Amino acid sequence: MNLELLEGCTREMAENLIIIAKTLFVIAMAFGFLLVVIWFERKGSAFIQDRVGPNRAAILGVRLAGFIQNFADVTKLIMKEMFIPGEVNRIYFILAPFIGFTFILTSFAVIPFADNLRIGGFDIPMQVADLNVGVLYILAITSLNVYGIVLAGWSSNNKFSLLGGLRSTAQMISYEIPLGLSIVGIFMVFGSLHLNEIVRAQGELLFGFLPRWGIFVQPLGFIIFISAAYAEANRTPFDIPEGESEIVAGYHVEYSGMRFALFYMGEYIALVLSSALVVTLFFGGWQIPYLDTSDLIRHASVVLKVLLLGGAAMSLAAAIAFIGYAKRLKGTWGDIHDREGHVLTTFAVLALAVFLVVLFWLWNVEFPDWAARTIALISQVGMFLIKVLFFGWLFIWVRWTLPRFRYDQLMGLGWKALIPLSFINILISGLVILLVQR
Amino acid sequence: MEAVAFYIIAAIAVFGALLMITRRNPLAGAFSLVVSLIALAGIYAMLRAELIFILQILVYAGAIMVLVIFTIMLLNLREEELEEPPAGKIKTLIILAAVAFGCYGIIKVLSGAPDEVPRVPENFGSVEKVGELMLTSYLYPFEIISVVLLVAIVGVVLLAKKVI
Repeated sequence: MNLELLEGCTREMAENLIIIAKTLFVIAMAFGFLLVVIWFERKGSAFIQDRVGPNRAAILGVRLAGFIQNFADVTKLIMKEMFIPGEVNRIYFILAPFIGFTFILTSFAVIPFADNLRIGGFDIPMQVADLNVGVLYILAITSLNVYGIVLAGWSSNNKFSLLGGLRSTAQMISYEIPLGLSIVGIFMVFGSLHLNEIVRAQGELLFGFLPRWGIFVQPLGFIIFISAAYAEANRTPFDIPEGESEIVAGYHVEYSGMRFALFYMGEYIALVLSSALVVTLFFGGWQIPYLDTSDLIRHASVVLKVLLLGGAAMSLAAAIAFIGYAKRLKGTWGDIHDREGHVLTTFAVLALAVFLVVLFWLWNVEFPDWAARTIALISQVGMFLIKVLFFGWLFIWVRWTLPRFRYDQLMGLGWKALIPLSFINILISGLVILLVQR
Repeated sequence: MEAVAFYIIAAIAVFGALLMITRRNPLAGAFSLVVSLIALAGIYAMLRAELIFILQILVYAGAIMVLVIFTIMLLNLREEELEEPPAGKIKTLIILAAVAFGCYGIIKVLSGAPDEVPRVPENFGSVEKVGELMLTSYLYPFEIISVVLLVAIVGVVLLAKKVI
């Protein structure tokens, strides 16, 4: 075997490995967000309704403010019987939960989570599939998501399910139109459908001080987009497909166990996807305001020091807070839960020690090029995750603040308000672009 | 590799189409058609026609079929309202005719296939290229189709108004 062929082979293998690694990262990211967002939902709804929320499930006494409840829930759902009622259409009944879940998870493939990484002759785009049609791909795949709901509603052979399925079909096709039209303005401004290029264009400055984020150049588009995105994710105020006070729980009444869990997880992954899309199109994606990729690479050691110092400061604050918490907790429960404060304090102190050791160890190290690029990558991924997390919280905030629309109000808003508004938005964007270019 | 992927996708498309014409329940038929349409989109993707691939999913599988299913669900057909399946002899005849037609098609395609496949030009099937062509070389057909669609929309509104 000659050397060039061997090199080609290893290169191809490396490329495949990179794609697999990216896929795993994106799936892990989606599921990690899933856990955090469900926790947000439980604790956030409790906070808004002046309740306590989940506070008992614990591992060795550590509750993490109810985060451990997730694992208890998952265990319960896995253990539960997946009951199939009589008179249902078995094939479609079993197939339906998978359809919705799969399509939602597939749409993450084109979301960019950092700038391209140039290492060792590779130019790796930080998204699983580097498609030119970017946003359209997400619109197309999420439009298929409705089949999961419709199939579930129809095959359950239950009138409430069928009503839920009908409602969701009507809602999804109505709101897909403003969703698609609202981002036409973004395409016009940034001149591309490619998500990573849209994000890169948002790194520039507007009037010399404002980051050129989508929300500043397309404010109306943003409002239309986020309303339609809430409707597409079936979230309150647009959650009439499941409206529990009207049609019990809509399309998933007949489901139990992990099949129900797939619907439940699908809903939250759709929420995360919508947040990621809002961030990518309107809030600069992975862009850190005022710092573009070349800046980050040039000042990699400063960036790393700031990150480590921030981490150290946060763990110090956490340690102090946890010590006070441990004191307050003493003897409250009279069981293993009392130890939580101490365990958390230990972890915070350990984290502080790790941050400080790494900081001293790296203080005077000169970074090679690949390390600098990796640091830039990590900081951009971190920025992206923080932004997505904020919008995930916004979804939950809105859900527990606004009441549900009536069916005719929902249709009225979609067809009579959002669609004309998005046409006006396209018209205005076109005029402004024409004026600016002249 | 590419050939294997093609055969798998093509098999799914044909299988979905077959299911569509053999299912008695209209909703099951509609879902099978969706499967077939998505598989067709996969074939477009293999041909590097990005825009057509997306439009196939977005418009046919995502919008038109959802409307079809919505209508079928609104009609809410019962088992006894469905049409009787054709009797045995007619069924065999239909299947035979379909097989004969299929064989004819395969022979026709195989005999007509060129040995040398022309290379696709740069940027083939991308959104930019298709948009550019639509607004330059194919401007008049494009505008005429738009007018036809507009007429259709106006007609639908007029018909619906009469009912309401």
